Order: sequence, then C-alpha cells, then structure tokens
Amino acid sequence: MVEVLLALMVVNSILALQIRDMLAAVLLLGAFSLLSCLVFFLMNAPDVALTEAAVGTGVGTVVLIWIVYKTERRDEA
Amino acid sequence: MNVAALVFLVLGAVFNIMGNLGVLIFPDVYTRLQASSTCSTTSVLSFFIGCMLIAGWGPMTGRLLVITIFFFITNPIAAHIIARFARQTGIVPWRQSFRKDPESGEQDG
Amino acid sequence: MLVYAMYFLVISILVSMARVVIGPTVADRMVGLNLVTAQTLALLVVISVSKERLILLDVALVYDIFGFVGILVMTRYFSGRRGEL
Repeated sequence: MVEVLLALMVVNSILALQIRDMLAAVLLLGAFSLLSCLVFFLMNAPDVALTEAAVGTGVGTVVLIWIVYKTERRDEA
Repeated sequence: MNVAALVFLVLGAVFNIMGNLGVLIFPDVYTRLQASSTCSTTSVLSFFIGCMLIAGWGPMTGRLLVITIFFFITNPIAAHIIARFARQTGIVPWRQSFRKDPESGEQDG
Repeated sequence: MLVYAMYFLVISILVSMARVVIGPTVADRMVGLNLVTAQTLALLVVISVSKERLILLDVALVYDIFGFVGILVMTRYFSGRRGEL
C-alpha cells in the first residue's frame, strides 16, 4: 500500500516540475503533500502527519498561491 | 451491528465506483463536477457511518460525528466554489448538439 | 472487512489521480483534487478506526479543515481573470 502511494508521489513531483501553468503546478504540489501526509500516517507517525497536513496543505498552498498571484501565471517557453 | 456496517461499506464502495467513472468519462468541467460532488459526498458519508457502527459507543464516535458534520457542510461548498471559479474564468458548458456554423443545418431546441 | 476497504480506497485514489494528471484546464484538476481529498479523508478515518487509536482522528479533522481553506484561497485569488485558461 505504501509503495503505490510513493510511486504516485514520484509521478506528481515530476509532473509539477515539467508543467508550464503555475496554478496547475501548485495543485500538483498540493496533491503531493496530501500523499506525503498519508504515507506518514501509514508509518505510525501521527504527529508528523498532523504537521504535514497543517503546513504542507494549508500554509504552503496559500503562500505559493500568493506568490503566483504576485507574478506571472504562465511560464514562457 | 456488523451486517449493517458491511452494508454501509458496500454502499460507499458502489457510490465511489460511480463517482470515479463519472469523473473519468464525462466531457466537461460542470458534468464532472456534478458526478464528483454528489458521489464523493455520499460515498464518504457512507464510509463514515460504517466506521461509526464498527467503532461502537465511545469517544471515537464523537470525533467521527464532528468530522462527518464538518465534511457534510464543507464539501458541497467547495463544489459550489469550483463551479463559480469555472464560470468566472469563461468556460462554456458542453452541449451535445453543438454546431460550428448554425446556417448549415437546423438547430434543435 | 476494514482491510478490504483500505485497499479499495488506495486503488480508488490511484484511479482518480488520473484526472489531476491529465486535466486540460485548471478547473478539471481542481475537481480531481477535491475528489482525491475526500477519498484521502475516508482512508484516514478507516485506518484510524482499524487501528483503534484515538489520536489518529485528529489528523483527519485538521486535514479536512486545511484542505477546505486551500481550495477557498485558490479560487479566491484567481476568479475574475477571464480568458487565461
């Protein structure tokens, strides 16, 4: 079960680096953080999973959205 | 108790399969959003009720009740917000009888 | 019984992540992320009931709240920019 989630995390991170639309990249990073929280949860570490759910999903997404809002949305070339 | 929990878990699995199928094969944002919102809310609610029946009466059921009520409020709100976002960014809804030039053939109502 | 539910939810997350990966517009990816969030919440609750530990349910509650706040902020900043998709 953990192996499937780790493979999905690898796919998500590669796609978040390769995509041109910055908002879609932030969405893929949100999905990556979600799966990371789930993997921490499956490995019997609920405190780390709690921190990951609060920081990675909440604050990280808000800060990255704010940065994309301040700059250009599409990466050129 | 155990049979009722099994019934709710199977119901949640059936709704979940329907929601995944709808999200994969529907042609538009709005139709996908309809399938996703209704089926995910119903299936996750069924899973929560099954887990409540398995856990029995205790402090676990209270927290499960809080999570269930919060999810039941917030997931339709999130679906509505996504629909408003798709509307405001200018995505036109899908129609089956969409023609490129309306003069070439008759239009159906 | 709960073990089969756990495996079913993992496979369901794997299938519904395809809409996040191949979605043509951002709204499609957002629909897929909402679905994945709901199924992840169900998986967290099923695991914590299966292990019978009370501390694991707090993770599910915090995850639910912050996932909703994330979608809220994401649509609040980028609504009203017509024609960028």
